[in-house]
Amino acid sequence: MSEIVLIALVKAVVAFAALLVTTILVVWIERKVIADMQSRIGPNRWGPFGLLQTLADGIKLFFKEDFRPRTADRWTYALAPVMAMVPSLLAFAVIPFGDQVRIGDRRVDLIVSDLNIGLLYFLAMGSLGVYGVVLAGWASGSKYPLLGGIRASAQMISYEIALGLAVVPVVLAAGTLSTVEIVAAQTGGVQNVTFFDGIPVLEQVANLFRYVPNWYIWSQWPAFFLFLIAGIAETNRAPFDLPEAETELIAGFHTEYSGVRFALFFLGEYVHVVVISAMAVTLFFGGWDGPVFGFLPWIWPILWFILKTAFFVYLFVWLRATMPRLRYDRLMWLGWKRLIPAGLVWIVVTAVVNTEGIGRNARLAVFGALFVLVLIYMGRGDPRLTQAVAPQRRRLRSGTA
Amino acid sequence: MALPEILTGLKVVIKNVFRRKETVSYPEARRQPFPRFKGRHILDRHDDGLEKCIGCELCAGACPADAIYVVAAENTPGQRFSPGERYAQIYQINYLRCIFCGLCVEACPTEALLMTTEYELAGTSREELIYTKDQLIVDVPILRHWESKRELAPDLSASRRVQGLERDARQPEAFPPKESP
Repeated sequence: MSEIVLIALVKAVVAFAALLVTTILVVWIERKVIADMQSRIGPNRWGPFGLLQTLADGIKLFFKEDFRPRTADRWTYALAPVMAMVPSLLAFAVIPFGDQVRIGDRRVDLIVSDLNIGLLYFLAMGSLGVYGVVLAGWASGSKYPLLGGIRASAQMISYEIALGLAVVPVVLAAGTLSTVEIVAAQTGGVQNVTFFDGIPVLEQVANLFRYVPNWYIWSQWPAFFLFLIAGIAETNRAPFDLPEAETELIAGFHTEYSGVRFALFFLGEYVHVVVISAMAVTLFFGGWDGPVFGFLPWIWPILWFILKTAFFVYLFVWLRATMPRLRYDRLMWLGWKRLIPAGLVWIVVTAVVNTEGIGRNARLAVFGALFVLVLIYMGRGDPRLTQAVAPQRRRLRSGTA
Repeated sequence: MALPEILTGLKVVIKNVFRRKETVSYPEARRQPFPRFKGRHILDRHDDGLEKCIGCELCAGACPADAIYVVAAENTPGQRFSPGERYAQIYQINYLRCIFCGLCVEACPTEALLMTTEYELAGTSREELIYTKDQLIVDVPILRHWESKRELAPDLSASRRVQGLERDARQPEAFPPKESP
């Protein structure tokens, strides 16, 4: 009994420490990558390649004055940063970061807690995180934080629905809410491809599919796009960073925060980025799934997991470096009129396709047709833009311009 | 659907990752300014060691920022500082006021006042930034004002692009690093 408690405790502490260290690294990665993308050098003073810059910033924040506005609601003001950070840390509990390892005669899952309702728990923690932001905005007793808080509440409620809808098709396909089982369902190669049966050459080619990992990204890519967009909105990061929009709202909900409390918000945001990336990997990219080699076989799954997560963290930063902030009504338009209907439609499609009796060929045909349709839709461009430049194009083509 | 536009944007951004960095790691590596960059001033001497400045105060008169203060005095046969009648007894430039326009240099009739490429003009007090004559006057004109580990040739790409000669090509031999005096 005490052994189980000990193992759980060790896993929790290790995951917590690893997450904090990762956060420090992610902040560094973000600053360095954005510098790269803007042809700058980025932080390079403190530690090799500026690696310790975040640590120095953190220490600085801890020694700063803890300012509280006179109009602020004392207890809520103090509680809000904690409420923003803790749920994002807790959400990591259901993410499997490695294969089972054998310690003595005991098999240990590399996950803090293998809940049978892991995904539900993950969504719940995401919803709890909103309270930190909203209460911070309200408790500051100042107009910009209040506006930021209101924006955050509306945005997060809208995009939470899309996030939930994006997760449902994966649950339908895997038949479970447990993240460990979802990853287990994605291990190995793509099996039983009968689509090309009877065709001489292609039949042999189909055998090669064994080497393609059986990840949900192949069949669930629309859900993945929904998850990614909703996930970025959920973490309040560019181009969905309206709650803190510095050009409009100073710093939004954390305008009045300084010192340690601000550091907590900062920490919470970056932990959230890591957790959403890790969840995208878990749901759509096979989690820790990857080739295992002879040397230290238990370390490879962890390595694959870290690499995949790092890619999504990079994507987050890449998007931030690229895209301007959305206008608020466009944000709502995208959430309610595009993402939520798309999510609903995709759930229906997945549900129909996964029905007993519908073969893999029919599934592939449906997915393929949909893919082609989306490509056609994307390729046609914005009709307003096409109309606007049409006369110009005609002139250019005829050579009279 | 905005997706193609987003992808185009992402492509533009990722291109920069593989390009040469525009900034340098400043205190370790410094970019050499253009040879005619207007930095801090010097007061030149003639080859025989006499000061070129004759204390005419034209520089002070030309200065739009009122940064130059000159008090002239007569040369005597016993004490001769400049070849002319008078010399600058007090010569001060206030670098808190100076806007580095170079009008003083243009106004100088004897080419005594020149500008170097030195731009590191930070100080810890106001008094420190009022440069006096003994700080400004030189025995040998300053060609290069720093000792650095690595020096980079000035970026000529912009002017080259204008002339349509070459795109984004560096020609370090156009401005070779000069020897330290």
